Amino acid sequence: MTVTDDVPVDNTARRSGDPLVELVDVQKWYGGLHVLQDINLTVGRGEVVVVIGPSGSGKSTLCRTINRLEPIDSGQILVDGAALPQEGKALARHRADVGMVFQSFNLFAHKTILENVTLGPIKVRKQSKAQAEDRARDLLDRVGVAHQADKYPAQLSGGQQQRVAIARALAMEPKVMLFDEPTSALDPEMIKEVLDVMVDLAERGMTMIVVTHEMGFARTAANRVVFMADGRILETADPHTFFTNPQSDRAKDFLGKILKH
Amino acid sequence: MLDNLDELFKGFGYTLFLFLVSAVASLVLGTVLVAMRVGPIGVLRAVGAIYVSVVRNTPLVLIFIFFHFAAPILGINFRWVQVHVGGFDFTSAFATAFVALSLYTACFVCEALRSGVNAVPMGQAEAARAIGLPFGGVMTQVVLPQAVRASVPPLASALIAMLKNTSVAGVFFLAEALATMRGLTNDYSSERIGIFACFAVGYILLVEIVSMISLGFERRWRIA
Repeated sequence: MTVTDDVPVDNTARRSGDPLVELVDVQKWYGGLHVLQDINLTVGRGEVVVVIGPSGSGKSTLCRTINRLEPIDSGQILVDGAALPQEGKALARHRADVGMVFQSFNLFAHKTILENVTLGPIKVRKQSKAQAEDRARDLLDRVGVAHQADKYPAQLSGGQQQRVAIARALAMEPKVMLFDEPTSALDPEMIKEVLDVMVDLAERGMTMIVVTHEMGFARTAANRVVFMADGRILETADPHTFFTNPQSDRAKDFLGKILKH
Repeated sequence: MLDNLDELFKGFGYTLFLFLVSAVASLVLGTVLVAMRVGPIGVLRAVGAIYVSVVRNTPLVLIFIFFHFAAPILGINFRWVQVHVGGFDFTSAFATAFVALSLYTACFVCEALRSGVNAVPMGQAEAARAIGLPFGGVMTQVVLPQAVRASVPPLASALIAMLKNTSVAGVFFLAEALATMRGLTNDYSSERIGIFACFAVGYILLVEIVSMISLGFERRWRIA
C-alpha cells in the first residue's frame, strides 16, 4: 500500500456505476471572470476521480462547489440524486454527507485532536460523547495519529494534521470525500504519509474527488483523470490513456512541463 | 475622610454592582450583535450595523438623558424596579443606568468581538461548515471561542471604559462612587484633595482588577 509502486488499484469490481455526484452545465463567474464553464461531470459510486490542471484552471473552485462552499451561477449539482440545497439547515445536512479535506488542513485550533474529530459526530450526528470518542480513536489509529489524540493541532506536523483532517471528515461517514490539494502545503516526506492514507481509502471503496498535483497518486489510485484549464474540462480519461496519450494540446503542454523532471 | 469610609465603600459598592450586571448584559448583547453582523441574513446584518452606528456615535450622557426624560414619555420607565439587598437599594435610577450602560457598551463589545472574528482564519469557518454545522454551531463551536481569545485585550478596554462610565450614573440620581465623592467634598470642602485621592485610588484598584482578570485569560488561552 504505497504510492511509489505504480500498480493501479484494482477497484473496478466494486464500482457500481450508478452516479453519486453529477454536475450538469455548471457555470460560475467571479465578476467578469468565467471560472467554471460548461462543466459536466458524473462521478460514480466508489469511483476515484483526480482533477489536475494548471494553477487558476478552476479545479479547486470545482471541488468547492460540490459542498457549496462556492455557490454556482447556473447549472445543477446533484449528490446521490438530490440537488444541492440553498443556504440553511438542509445545506448543513448535505455538507455532513460530503467530506472535505483542505489544502491548509483547517483543524479547529482551539480544540484537541480528539475534539476535532468528535465535534461533527456529537453536534451534527447527535452521537453520545463516548460513542463518538470510540469511533474517533479508531479513525485516528487508522490514519496513524492515535497517540496524539490529546494534543492541539499546532503541536502536530503538517502531515499529521492533514491525516487528522481526513479522520475528521471520515467520522461523519460521508458518501463522498473531496480533497482540495491535500498535499500542496506539505514537505515532500510528509506527502507520502498522507497519500498512503488516501490510497487506503480508495482501496476501501470510498468515492473520492481529488484535486492534486500528485501524478503518482493519479496513476496509482484514480479510475479517471479529469484535466482542466481556463475553467473548462478539456479531457477525461483513464490515467494510463491520459498520461501516455493526452489528446488536447493544453494537456500535452501541461504534462510536458511537469513530467520532464 | 476616614470617618466616612463606610460611605466610600457604599459608593463603590453601587459602582461595582452596576459594573457587574452591565458587564454581563453588554457581553451577552454584544455577542448577539456580532452574530447578527457577521451572519448570513442581510436584514440582521443591516440592523446590527445600524444599531452599532447609532448607539456608538451617541454620547453616553445623551443615552442617559433619553432613558430618564424621554423614555418615560414614551411609556418606558423603570419605576417598578424595587430591589433591596442589605443596605443597597436598587431602584429606578439603578435600572436606568444599567439599561443605558449595557446598550451603549454592547456596541463596543460587538466591535471588539468582530475584530476577533476577523482574526479567525476563513478556513476555520469553512471547515466547520464542511462537517455540517449550521450557522449557529459554526459560531458557537468554532468561530466565537477563537474570536474571544483574540478579543480579550479590546474587550478588557471596553469593560474598563464602562467601569469608568458608571460615574455618569452619579449625575443621574444614583449614589455611586462619584456622587458619593461629590457629596463628601461638599460636606468637607477643606479635605477635598484627600477625598479626591481616596476615590481615585478606588477607581484605579477596580480597573486594575479588571486588567488582571483580562491578563489571566490571555495567559490561560495562549497555547491555542
